[in-house]
Amino acid sequence: MDFLQPTTWAEALTLRAERPDALPIAGGTDVMVDLNFDRRRPGALLDLGRVAELREWGADDGRIRLGAGVPYARVIEDLGAQLPGLAMASRTVGSPQIRIRGTVGGNLGSASPAGDAHPPLLAAGAVVEIASAARGVRLVPAAEFYLGVKRNALEPDELIAAVLVPAAAGPQQFCKVGTRNAMVIAVSAFACALHPDRGAVGTGIGSAAPTPRRAPEAETFLAGELEAAGLWESRGELPETLAAAFGERVAAAASPIDDVRGSAAYRLHSLAVMARRAATWAWNDYRKAA
Amino acid sequence: MSGQNGHPGRAMTDSTTTTVAPPVTGSGRIGDSPLRPDGTLKVTGEFAYASDLWHDEMCWGVTLRSPHPHARIAGIDITEALTVPGVWAVLTADDVPGDNAFGLEHADQPVLASEFVRYEGEPVALVAADHPETARRAAKKIRVDYEVLPAVTDPRRAMDPDAPAVHRPGNLVRHLKLRRGEVDPVAPVVVSLDFEVGMQDQAFLGPESGLAVPAEDGGVDLYVATQWLHVDQRQICLALGMPTEKVRLTLSGVGGAFGGREDLSVHVHACLLALRTGKPVKMSYGREESFFGHVHRHPAVMHYEFGAETDGTLVYAKSDVLLDGGAYASSTNAVVGNAGTLGLGPYRIPNVAVDAYGVFTNNPPCGAMRGFGCVQAAFAHEALMDELADAVGVDRVEIRQRNGMREGDRNITGQIIDSAAPVAELLQIVRDLPMPPPLDPSDIRALPGAVGNTTHGEGVRRGIGYSVTYKNVGFSEGFDDYSTARVRLEMTGGEAVATVHTAAAEVGQGLITVEQQICRTELGVERVVVHPKNTSVGSGGSTSASRQTYVTGGAVKAACEAVRAAVLERASMGLGRPAADLRLDGEKIVGTSGEVLASLGEVLGDDAVEETVEWHHRPTHAIDPETGQGDAHVQFAFSAHRAVVDVDVELGLVKVVALDTAQDVGRAINPDAVLGQIHGGSAQGMGLALMEEIIVTDGHVRNPSFTDYLIPTILDMPPMQVKVLEYADPHAPYGVRGVGEPPTISSGPAVAAAVRDATKKPLRRVPIRPEHITGT
Ligand SMILES: Cc1cc2nc3c(=O)[nH]c(=O)nc-3n(C[C@H](O)[C@H](O)[C@H](O)COP(=O)(O)OP(=O)(O)OC[C@H]3O[C@@H](n4cnc5c(N)ncnc54)[C@H](O)[C@@H]3O)c2cc1C
Repeated sequence: MDFLQPTTWAEALTLRAERPDALPIAGGTDVMVDLNFDRRRPGALLDLGRVAELREWGADDGRIRLGAGVPYARVIEDLGAQLPGLAMASRTVGSPQIRIRGTVGGNLGSASPAGDAHPPLLAAGAVVEIASAARGVRLVPAAEFYLGVKRNALEPDELIAAVLVPAAAGPQQFCKVGTRNAMVIAVSAFACALHPDRGAVGTGIGSAAPTPRRAPEAETFLAGELEAAGLWESRGELPETLAAAFGERVAAAASPIDDVRGSAAYRLHSLAVMARRAATWAWNDYRKAA
Repeated sequence: MSGQNGHPGRAMTDSTTTTVAPPVTGSGRIGDSPLRPDGTLKVTGEFAYASDLWHDEMCWGVTLRSPHPHARIAGIDITEALTVPGVWAVLTADDVPGDNAFGLEHADQPVLASEFVRYEGEPVALVAADHPETARRAAKKIRVDYEVLPAVTDPRRAMDPDAPAVHRPGNLVRHLKLRRGEVDPVAPVVVSLDFEVGMQDQAFLGPESGLAVPAEDGGVDLYVATQWLHVDQRQICLALGMPTEKVRLTLSGVGGAFGGREDLSVHVHACLLALRTGKPVKMSYGREESFFGHVHRHPAVMHYEFGAETDGTLVYAKSDVLLDGGAYASSTNAVVGNAGTLGLGPYRIPNVAVDAYGVFTNNPPCGAMRGFGCVQAAFAHEALMDELADAVGVDRVEIRQRNGMREGDRNITGQIIDSAAPVAELLQIVRDLPMPPPLDPSDIRALPGAVGNTTHGEGVRRGIGYSVTYKNVGFSEGFDDYSTARVRLEMTGGEAVATVHTAAAEVGQGLITVEQQICRTELGVERVVVHPKNTSVGSGGSTSASRQTYVTGGAVKAACEAVRAAVLERASMGLGRPAADLRLDGEKIVGTSGEVLASLGEVLGDDAVEETVEWHHRPTHAIDPETGQGDAHVQFAFSAHRAVVDVDVELGLVKVVALDTAQDVGRAINPDAVLGQIHGGSAQGMGLALMEEIIVTDGHVRNPSFTDYLIPTILDMPPMQVKVLEYADPHAPYGVRGVGEPPTISSGPAVAAAVRDATKKPLRRVPIRPEHITGT
């Protein structure tokens, strides 16, 4: 197995195109597990660790451009205010060691339905910046990026350069159920983001469908009800029944399975509870921010 | 604490995980907590575990395992595997020179499967190669022709007369029948329940590993992580067809055991490959293989019934316990023994009917794990005790105190409890300990779900649960349980040095330190060298059943006494005074009024005094096959827990807020080590109550990884308040009482009770999963 170590982004893209048998590796927290279990035998590893651009983030026109190689620990440290949902999700990833190595780009690369970065990216309306040597950059909305269980929209010659996430214009929340209180893969997860600037609500569901997904019907329902009741303006209390109805609609958007981590029925139930609570907390934050 | 039942009570040791350990004081004798020789190395990652074993010439062995829970092997073709460059040997059942069978109690398990495989993961073939990856890839080229057979995977089904037999003549491993008192007792209040316990894994952190080195005499030296060198040696010799002196074992660094290393794993396999290739062979399991490479805790299906007076005094108890032993006998027989003879808890019960069964199935083999049969039963008897309390309107602690055993009582096998049985006192202590502060929603790490951010206090209910349990210490039912110690005293560089040699396995519990403390205490020397643990000294018995400080401690003490007597005898000749008038004090020989008569150096000169002692604990006896009556056990150890939990009842998530305990240890030889056992044991019991389960579907293990077999983390385990009682057992060396297992038994039922209290749900199965609480 070859070990390819590009030091520039251009070189990385060239190698990616030349070596279709190479497996990109960022933090390695998924890749090394797969290699250890002999689930993959790539002809080469394409180490992205020396490509400095990937490890940077910057703000640009109300959007955060988060390099694919920025680890969770940095997201937590630097971006709690601009990307609160992603930072909350990052706090729940693995252990301190995993948060230092693991990256958001790697989470997107793996595209596991249980990846914790996905729900907040969906709720925030993030866009994945993909690049290839041959065709340059293309932008794919997160909602279109996940194609199936551990399958994403990348072509064989492409790499993820960054993810572009609108800086939070309103409160965000992330909740994750696991069967122990730390270091656990999500049994189910939910993220929501309020976008008061455009009277919209964003959602993201994890571990409850073949891919991470939004709950579009729940989003328009809640945004519409808030609008109809003039609540965006008045910042009045969120009626409990409305929060509960939102929760039901979020659960309705999921299509979970039974597995060793939890039953499908529990996943639906817990999503409804998390969505109700998360919407209420986000709304209370919105009221407080007035 | 005042004395109880005539025994002088010693001061209680009080500690919590949050207090810093006191500086090491004293002289490293018993009652002190000297630093462990392995402590710093383990914390800094420098300790050499068995997985670090290395030999420059070695090659690597791997195991090919059955993918089926039950199949007939129609043929094995190894030709392609043998052609892989770098492969040294490929072995199958035909290559086992001795008996192709091993087992702790019955030799029913093939070294390599020949005709049938009876569980998923059963070893079928071995490969040795230059590199472990080469060996693994070659193993995949072995063609095994399986005819898949129907698997018996439900232990209830296994009991049916028409169920397919996993072994001839049938699936019953043991039926323990126990009858005491009236045949059909009646009581005004009757409560009953069904309870199920899932399959727990020992989840030791250092997977199975060993290095076999072929020797010039045609024998083999095996370095291995294990719990009992001599019982391994006996089984290896039978499989290799070699005499004892040709198979020598040395204990390697053990990363935890908890019962999972009582049965053989890599042992015979590594020796076979080493003898075949003439090269040292290392075998080391990864985490996934480890789940298939050792036995687990028996899952249990239980029915319990209590009859009581209207004030809650027990009139009778009945239990029906079914343990799934999996595909091979392992120690199922003895686990059934405990689940039967101890399975009604530390209570006075005049009339008893117990039926405990162990059966074969095509599930993974189950055997020894910390708490050994008492753990499963405790969940049932403690849940039922709460039911009874509620039924008669008596407080849940009080009802246990009212029925609790006392010294001098007979237990359900008719055996007299002949040392302290402080059941009521232990309960009172945990009840009186300060309660944790109320829920603080401002720090999500303190809430159920923690940083998962699933609640800010919504849906959270607090619950409290109590449990009290007891366990036998040492081997029971007539087993001749002993340990051997060789102690040597000599002068080296002008300083007295004692060397202690036992084969008793240090598995992380701190036995090495205990051996040193005993030598210092008995011989008055400072320097004590612990000889590597190996089979060149007699058996130390198993590091299990909470027995090593008691039994090997007893052997070391006895060997020291023999050495001391020999030294004084020598001095007596030189000094012309009777030995009875002499004492060994520090490195001096002193007379009756304390006057120094000679230095130890003068008495010993260049000679060494060495004594070897085989020390047996008091005999135990088989129980009557019809009534289950008999003095089955040598000692009993008691503990109580109080658990406080916060449960998010809407999401079914649990945060254990407090897990406090009181335990009688007889005598704390090493107080820090005692606390370590109690903290760890409590965490392991809590793990079974809330998360630890090997999920087996149709004979297939579905979660053989630490991704999905969850063990508690620091955020799951609260700081503990621990109260240690020291009521010396007059029959045991120094009065010690086994420490390691009791906390694992009483902590889980207390946690389960607290969750029931918070949720008001029956919750008749552990581990309790979120969906059991939410009903989804
Ligand atoms: C103990 C442990 C605990 C864990 N806990 C969690 C958890 O709680 N939540 C969670 O979501 N995950 C968890 N994970 C999984 C893992 O840490 C995450 O998925 C992490 O985000 C992966 O990032 P990485 O940088 O390590 O990716 P890598 O392992 O380096 O790569 C992952 C995948 O992405 C591809 N890839 C990486 N970078 C790029 C790129 N720039 N362009 C294209 N493809 C790329 C790789 O080829 C590979 O397919 C855990 C893993 C471990 C070992």
